[in-house]
Amino acid sequence: MTAPFALPWLLVVPLAGALATLLVAQRWRARVSLALLPLLWLAAFALLGDLAANGIRPYALGGWGAPLGIALVADGLALAMILLTTFVFSACAVYAVGHPGGQGPGAFLWPVSWFLVAALHSIWLAADIFNLYVGLELLGLAAVGLVALTGSAEALAAALRYLLATLLGSLAYLLGVALLYAAGGSLALADLAALAASGAMPRVALAFMTVGLILKSALFPLHAWLPPAHGGALSAVSALLSALVVKASLYVLIRLWLALGPPVTPLAAANVLGALGTGAVLWGGWMAWRQTKLKYLVAYSTVAQVGFLFLFFPLATGTAAAAARLAWDGTLLMLVSHALAKAGMFLAAGNLVLAVGSPRIADLSGISRFRPLSLFSFGLAGMTLMGLPPSGGFTAKWLLLQSALASGQWWWLPVPILGGLLSAAYVFKVLRHAFVEGPKRDHFHSPSAALELSALALAAASVAIGMAARVPLEWMRLGSPFGVTG
Amino acid sequence: MSIALFHAWVGIVLCGLGLFGFIVHRHLLRRLLAFNIMGSGSFLILVGLAQDGRGADPVPQALVLTGIVVAVASTALALVILRRWYRVSGASTLPEDV
Repeated sequence: MTAPFALPWLLVVPLAGALATLLVAQRWRARVSLALLPLLWLAAFALLGDLAANGIRPYALGGWGAPLGIALVADGLALAMILLTTFVFSACAVYAVGHPGGQGPGAFLWPVSWFLVAALHSIWLAADIFNLYVGLELLGLAAVGLVALTGSAEALAAALRYLLATLLGSLAYLLGVALLYAAGGSLALADLAALAASGAMPRVALAFMTVGLILKSALFPLHAWLPPAHGGALSAVSALLSALVVKASLYVLIRLWLALGPPVTPLAAANVLGALGTGAVLWGGWMAWRQTKLKYLVAYSTVAQVGFLFLFFPLATGTAAAAARLAWDGTLLMLVSHALAKAGMFLAAGNLVLAVGSPRIADLSGISRFRPLSLFSFGLAGMTLMGLPPSGGFTAKWLLLQSALASGQWWWLPVPILGGLLSAAYVFKVLRHAFVEGPKRDHFHSPSAALELSALALAAASVAIGMAARVPLEWMRLGSPFGVTG
Repeated sequence: MSIALFHAWVGIVLCGLGLFGFIVHRHLLRRLLAFNIMGSGSFLILVGLAQDGRGADPVPQALVLTGIVVAVASTALALVILRRWYRVSGASTLPEDV
């Protein structure tokens, strides 16, 4: 049996992309990146084929096994995240090529975003808690670099605030790693379940790690760094950050929570996470509705939507297997469809801002006649955020509601419904301004077709995944505690 | 108390001091230094606690080496952004923190 050769390539290709784009002249960077994208797709599909043919197999980088070497492993969830990363990154890359702002301040966009993809892949594929730490730290540094890219005073302040938050979060996570290693003498995620009987240490470790990771995921009330960082960056960067980067720390938290298991993960803590998620849904939605700048509205919407994902913890901790599986399905479908919708929405918002030449929502009047396609993409992504059928957001919320009913925790029922109403309020606020026939303007700029089509592709995918959710959900259960095949 | 456990306790004290400094100070350079002190504290905990009563263990030492590399890289990035921020705005604190 051959080794799972696709796994190392998922790290080698983005790292090669980062180095190659750093070395070549600026005008070649976009072309080199586009040339490397097919290789990334090839590696992702090779992993898909390997997983289908041979099942889950670990890979030791360079032939060095654990504990000193770096072990990689891909299960169904990791594969789904890799395909998601590849798709969102490809769309953002096509967008960035066509974007007029991508030449001057965006010269380092290419190397740093390739590093971002490498860091994301190393998190999706990590098999031990220390490599997750390194991945999280690399991801934070790459993301901060992308936020600071434009070099304006606002961007630098947002980047500094983001950097302080992400460094503090990583350090809290590292303390947890130290405590877990001291308790069990192993770093592998697969060995964490054995720690259940070793006293209070794993619980303290989990508390540190959870606080660090929710700071990185911008869960209410630790979200203050997110809106300026995501709202002020280049549109392609905002899309990558909101779609993928905040999900990475949540992914680590879900993996840890499941690996440690119920003896270490108390229901009270899970309920606190659910309550904070509820706070995020309400506060984020309210703040999004109150924004006057379009991209800040979309950024606050990310704060709200991250809240839904934290309902996973109360719904899947200590509940019946059927309810926990519904929570798993619903949360992951929410994660994927929000990633697609939010990336599409940021790109569409970037097009609208580019077209009217102003970041303010009130200046959008009359845009519906000039840029109907971008507005359509914005609305399509909004449909997923609101949870209208048949979008991915609808199916995900439906699964979460069913899980709340099946586990007898009826008090979570209003959260997805209220959150959907708030999302509708802020999406329709934008649409209302767009359909107003304001003072006659004749200086709309027109974004190129690549800009509009990349936003449309993401928004359409977020709706389409709701109609064909069964297959990806079955894949994501592969290798999880909720899988049928184990 | 073994020497390894003593290291871990010193690490805990350093972490607490660092966190205190991180919260109390507004000057960005001081906050960065406080973060580095916190980092050193967590490395001491990582090495000390794991080797307490078990003898020398290469794994936490390798981890700390990696951790130091990561800490140096993030400090360097923070310094670059901080200097640029100082040049653009003339301030050494973040806007709302004044």
